[in-house]
Amino acid sequence: MIRINCPYCGERDHSEFSYGGDATINYPSLDASEKEWTEAIFFRKNIKGFQFETWHHSNGCRMWLVVERSTVTHEIKSVKPCHPDLQKVVENNK
Amino acid sequence: MMPGNHEFYEHSLKLWENLSHELNYNVMFSQRAHVSLFHSPGAKDSVSRIYNIMRLHGTDAELWDLKTLKKKIPHLNYHNSRFPILGAAVQKRAGNARHDAVAWGYARAADTLGVDILQNCEVTGFTRKNGNIESIQTSRGIIKGKKIGFAVAGNTSVLWQMAELGNLPIESHKLQAFVSEAVKPLLDQVVVYGVGGAHFYISQSDKGSMVFGGDLDWYKSYAQRGNLPMVQDVAEAAMAIFPSLGRIRLLRHWAGVMDMTMDGSFFICKTPISNLYLNAGWNYGGFKASPASGWYFADLIANESPHNYVQNHNLERFEKGINIDERGAGPDPKLHG
Repeated sequence: MIRINCPYCGERDHSEFSYGGDATINYPSLDASEKEWTEAIFFRKNIKGFQFETWHHSNGCRMWLVVERSTVTHEIKSVKPCHPDLQKVVENNK
Repeated sequence: MMPGNHEFYEHSLKLWENLSHELNYNVMFSQRAHVSLFHSPGAKDSVSRIYNIMRLHGTDAELWDLKTLKKKIPHLNYHNSRFPILGAAVQKRAGNARHDAVAWGYARAADTLGVDILQNCEVTGFTRKNGNIESIQTSRGIIKGKKIGFAVAGNTSVLWQMAELGNLPIESHKLQAFVSEAVKPLLDQVVVYGVGGAHFYISQSDKGSMVFGGDLDWYKSYAQRGNLPMVQDVAEAAMAIFPSLGRIRLLRHWAGVMDMTMDGSFFICKTPISNLYLNAGWNYGGFKASPASGWYFADLIANESPHNYVQNHNLERFEKGINIDERGAGPDPKLHG
């Protein structure tokens, strides 16, 4: 079991969460080429090592989180809210 | 059901049927029937349509009504009122094989034909010359070659990036398999079902062990070990359909790393490097495809152009919007079962 330290609820089993995916995807502008959109939607870095990824605390507070996790050892370095403004609120309340 | 896909897998099954003779090694291929349960009239209609298309293309397929199914497999749970079993879609020529024997059989047959198999030999880099790959650097020295093929399920992205080719429409996920202690003959077929969020397959090995599995672990991972929530999920799926397994003990479980692609279909194609060829992205379905996968990959490398059956199995299909075997799950690799 992976334990994820939710900034709102505390440390919980990963079975409470749903895995989202790569948190580093930047979507291009609407008038960008098909090639750029294909790259953003379908192509992935598929990192072997630490990556930023999204998780949804679907059976908890239902907030989306950005987790920095190793895809080899499953070690977690950081857990933050997805929304940048909420990140600030959580930081200020520490 | 898209053109090419059906022919590819039917060819694979035909190659399986003669594989033990061709390799001169008993892979214990057993055509004991693949029994896919359905649990609602809608599911029956849907599977009837698919199996009718299979029949029209010359592949064996039949429907078993509840009476036939009960006669063939009397000990399924026929009393589930939420998801009652209504019957099954059956491909009688499908079955299973002993995977170790398949690997050893291929290795020995390849060796006899003059193929060098180098074990414990990690690829560490590529030397490029005039846009091509001239040689491969490995932990045991340099290997030169005119044509290079990647067939490294699970770690395709790692090699792809080592060759400085950027990203692939692939994520690595892990899939678990389970083996129980050996019991007396209990199940003569491969039984599969997927309903109400469950996904489950089971058969019995020649040694008597029940061999079964279900879904991915649901998060991206290169770790070759399974996690416990999926053990529980699969055990629940087993109990839902086979309550008689309740007291059976699990001997071992393990996880393999899968190339999960963005549309659930594989790649057998040329690449941006003219002497590099790609065989990857087999999702859940690599084992049944092994003989055809090798056949069409060899065909591509020898003839420099893909066979009609695999001509759309390339990296450009996403940009061009070519559908191969979509079920409308969207561009999320973990959702392509």
